[in-house]
Amino acid sequence: MILDGIGDEEKWLAEGIAGIQHHAFYMHRALDANNLRDALKYSALMLSELRTSRLSPHKYYDLYMRAFDELRKLEMFFKDESRHGVSIVDLYELVQHAGNILPRLYLLCTVGSVYIKSKEAPAKDVLKDLVEMCRAIQHPMRGLFLRSYLSQVSRDKLPDIGSEYEGDADTVMDAVDFVLQNFTEMNKLWVRMQYQGPGRVREKHEKERSELRDLVGKNLHVLSQIEGVELELYKDTVLPRVLEQVINCKDELAQYYLMDCIIQVFPDEYHLQTLETLLAAFPQLQPTVDIKTVLSQLMERLSNYAASSTDVLPEFLQVEAFSKLSSAIGRVIEAQIDMPIVGSISLYVSLLTFTLRVHPDRLDYVDQVLGACVKKLSGTTKLEDNRAIKQVVALLSAPLEKYDDIVTALTLSNYPRVMDHLDNGTNKVMAVVIIQSIMKNNSCISTADKVEVLFELIKGLIKDLDCTSADELDEEDFGEEQNSVARLIHMLYNDDPEEMLKILCTVKKHIMSGGPKRLPFTVPPLILSALKLVRRLQGQDGEVVGEEMPATPKKIFQILNQTIEALSSVPSPELALRLYLECAEAANDCDLEPVAYEFFTQAFVLYEEEVADSKAQVTAIHLIIGTLQRMNVFGIENRDTLTHKATGYSAKLLKKPDQCRAVYACSHLFWVDDQDGVKDGERVLLCLKRALRIANAAQQMASVTRGSSGPVTLFVEILNKYLYFFEKGNPQITSAAIQGLVELIKTEMQSDSTNVSPAPDAFFSSTLRYIQFQKQKGGVMGEKYSPIKV
Amino acid sequence: MNYLIGAFKPSCNISITFSDAKTRKQVPLKKESGQAVLVPLFQSQENISGKISIEPIQGKKVEHNGVKVELLGQIEMYFDRGNFYDFTSLVRELDVPGELYEKKTYPFEFSTVEMPYETYNGVNVRLRYVLKVTVSRGYAGSIVEYQDFVVRNYSPPPSINNSIKMEVGIEDCLHIEFEYNKSKYHLKDVIIGKIYFLLVRIKIKNMDLEIRRRESTGSGPSTHVETETLAKFELMDGAPVRGESIPIRLFLSPYELTPTHRNINNKFSVKYYLNLVLVDEEDRRYFKQQEITIYRLQETS
Repeated sequence: MILDGIGDEEKWLAEGIAGIQHHAFYMHRALDANNLRDALKYSALMLSELRTSRLSPHKYYDLYMRAFDELRKLEMFFKDESRHGVSIVDLYELVQHAGNILPRLYLLCTVGSVYIKSKEAPAKDVLKDLVEMCRAIQHPMRGLFLRSYLSQVSRDKLPDIGSEYEGDADTVMDAVDFVLQNFTEMNKLWVRMQYQGPGRVREKHEKERSELRDLVGKNLHVLSQIEGVELELYKDTVLPRVLEQVINCKDELAQYYLMDCIIQVFPDEYHLQTLETLLAAFPQLQPTVDIKTVLSQLMERLSNYAASSTDVLPEFLQVEAFSKLSSAIGRVIEAQIDMPIVGSISLYVSLLTFTLRVHPDRLDYVDQVLGACVKKLSGTTKLEDNRAIKQVVALLSAPLEKYDDIVTALTLSNYPRVMDHLDNGTNKVMAVVIIQSIMKNNSCISTADKVEVLFELIKGLIKDLDCTSADELDEEDFGEEQNSVARLIHMLYNDDPEEMLKILCTVKKHIMSGGPKRLPFTVPPLILSALKLVRRLQGQDGEVVGEEMPATPKKIFQILNQTIEALSSVPSPELALRLYLECAEAANDCDLEPVAYEFFTQAFVLYEEEVADSKAQVTAIHLIIGTLQRMNVFGIENRDTLTHKATGYSAKLLKKPDQCRAVYACSHLFWVDDQDGVKDGERVLLCLKRALRIANAAQQMASVTRGSSGPVTLFVEILNKYLYFFEKGNPQITSAAIQGLVELIKTEMQSDSTNVSPAPDAFFSSTLRYIQFQKQKGGVMGEKYSPIKV
Repeated sequence: MNYLIGAFKPSCNISITFSDAKTRKQVPLKKESGQAVLVPLFQSQENISGKISIEPIQGKKVEHNGVKVELLGQIEMYFDRGNFYDFTSLVRELDVPGELYEKKTYPFEFSTVEMPYETYNGVNVRLRYVLKVTVSRGYAGSIVEYQDFVVRNYSPPPSINNSIKMEVGIEDCLHIEFEYNKSKYHLKDVIIGKIYFLLVRIKIKNMDLEIRRRESTGSGPSTHVETETLAKFELMDGAPVRGESIPIRLFLSPYELTPTHRNINNKFSVKYYLNLVLVDEEDRRYFKQQEITIYRLQETS
């Protein structure tokens, strides 16, 4: 019958309002005339409009508010005995003559409020009578509104401590009893609404019901406002009785709302002191109640409370807040078998947040929470539910954020076990988060054990986990992930070389399993980090070289060799080649000739076998030349072999200009500008001449193929080499040779007047200007230059 | 016409005044015409005294065979209208036969009159008290004047006044237990009680408490019973669930009740009942009736 549509409801509301206005008009007239009889009659008629069953709670509220306003006027009239001439006691009886129960009780509450105010009877007696009499309304909605009215008119008249209505010794108890009773009855009525109406409209009913919840919740608010409700009273009476009602009502909506209400309206300090009682209630709630939200709220509040002042922390310890919360959550999860996994995890997240804020020093607590979570997750394999995954990520991120230091998290034994339950994608995200946290805080991981744990954590990034097919990876993302791993490797550091070596070995062990796609990213940082160690060792313990040390450069180089080998077989020859050269240089600095030689050999082998691209060859050969030039550890024989090889490869490059440049670069291999470096002027000249020949050939080839000779750049470059060695005092480089070269370039330029490109031209003229400058500068250098004419 | 009217006009005016008329309480009494007039109030064992004045109409003499005043207690049944059964009849002779020329006043007194029954105005029966003055005349017919008065008798609070407690129900449908705090109530009393719902399987819409008056007249096979509902007082709104208890508080003062009368002079009885009525959503009524006794308690003024 409530279902006749919105239109009808509007109509009924309008009728109701019209009725109220109509009777209120006559009531006002009676009030103006001080006519009590008529005032009672018309107010009862007016209140009869509230007897309707046809309105939804929302509309009924509208009606109720209108009646409420009118009742205020009536109350004013009742208050003034001179206007109606009837004592308040008699008035209290008089209104009870009304034949209909609902108007009678509204009037009774109105007079009752005046009665208390008059202080002719103790407040508690009047209140008790009112709250008892209201039982007569068993219709849920009408009852709720009536009791809400009672609560409204009585809230400033409770016999609270310090209130003007304060009674004898147990006065607060009376106030509390009254509010609790009203609360209990209201909640019963509210819960009862659930059972009304056929199933198909239940949803609508639930919505309407929840619109009424504040009427019930207000009572708890009133309770919390009673001055006299001190901790003891709250603990012994208020909370147990409220909880009893909450549990017994067995209604999902009510339990959720009321638990939340309790948590919100009463002070945190009380919650803390009654934690046990409060928590014991949770497992007794209906299985469908959203306990996690409520519990999370509680923990949130408690942790805020803990954060508010350090003074309260001892309280937390005293009441063992953590263990209580922890076991409560355990019990809730146990009791609610149907709770989705996301629910349990979010509970753990809240608990963890609480722990981190309240007991930041208790890592064991954190680990305990994670352990409990693992236990819960252990039943399942990988998480499928996205929300659950999010919660796990939150769970894992919380300690990272809190401790600014991954090292702390690494000591949590359950941390990786939780991560195991994430799917691969999330696992990676989490790993990146961990790495970022390390980066952000610049924290240094300083023991091999920790590194081991850390890599265990981020193994999603380190190697292919099962069932990840390569093609679903985004290249860019992958690169970014691996870059972060690379950065991470640099964060692993220990001053003690021995430990550092262990760290490196650990890292190596892990990254070696990374597969061909990862190695190019991960090996270089490892190598460089190792070389850093090598240099450190070389710097500090020159005197203990040769002793049986666990961490000697030699050993490290052995490891490096294997590592790079892996990289070259990936294949990533260019990178491997570079690293070999780096190592060679480091070995050079450590005076380990055979090692350096080995590395060079490896580099050359790579060059021969793996570097096929001509451009790559050019780069590689220049790298080799550059490195080789700086090597001073080699004996003559070794050096010869290597330089010979290098020169040979240079001349075998594909393009002539490349050949030319490589060859003149080789000239430096024979002239190291050091005190005791190699100074083989003849072979320098040989190289330069050979370069000239190649340049000539290049020039000719150009004129054959394109009809015009190519730029003279190569010649100018060679001229510059000449000048360099000339200045360095290579006796084989004479001013005549330079003069000849200058002439040659000039001729070439003239013969090619049609095609003057500005760059080589400018290069040449600045070279000439340099010669001019040296001549004019005078001194030894000026003299040397003087024979050259330009 | 004037002559004719004059012929039937009583040739004298008779007035009856009570000696304590100024101080005696007066109560309204409903006459047959429907109007209420104020009449003095007495109770049993009181002295009823006063004066009776007889004043012949100007310039006439009244011959009579004697003047008397009677105090009558009468029961009138409406199905037998006009027939009075006098259960009390007292006579005082005021004057011997003679003639009246001018106004003459006679004092009278009935001392400690036994008036066991209260004045009652019911649906089918009336009990009244009246003073009747008769100026007897032989041929012209007697001149008669009546003065009604009301009698109310007060009872002390009963020494035994048990509560009414009862469990009733319809099997597997509705079981309730109700309690009224007393079985005997005075007219301004308040009924306190409660209804406890032991089992509710029907959808109750509301619950009322009715006060019913059962007036039975006559006796034997000609007994006539009339029942009136004097009060309909809503006790509960909505459907209670098992375990609810609903308070009752009903003030009797607003209702026009009389004391319970049991077998008054073998002519009639008036009994009162409390009727608890539960109405379900299909407007079916479930009720339980309990007799209560109503008595008149001396009012402390």
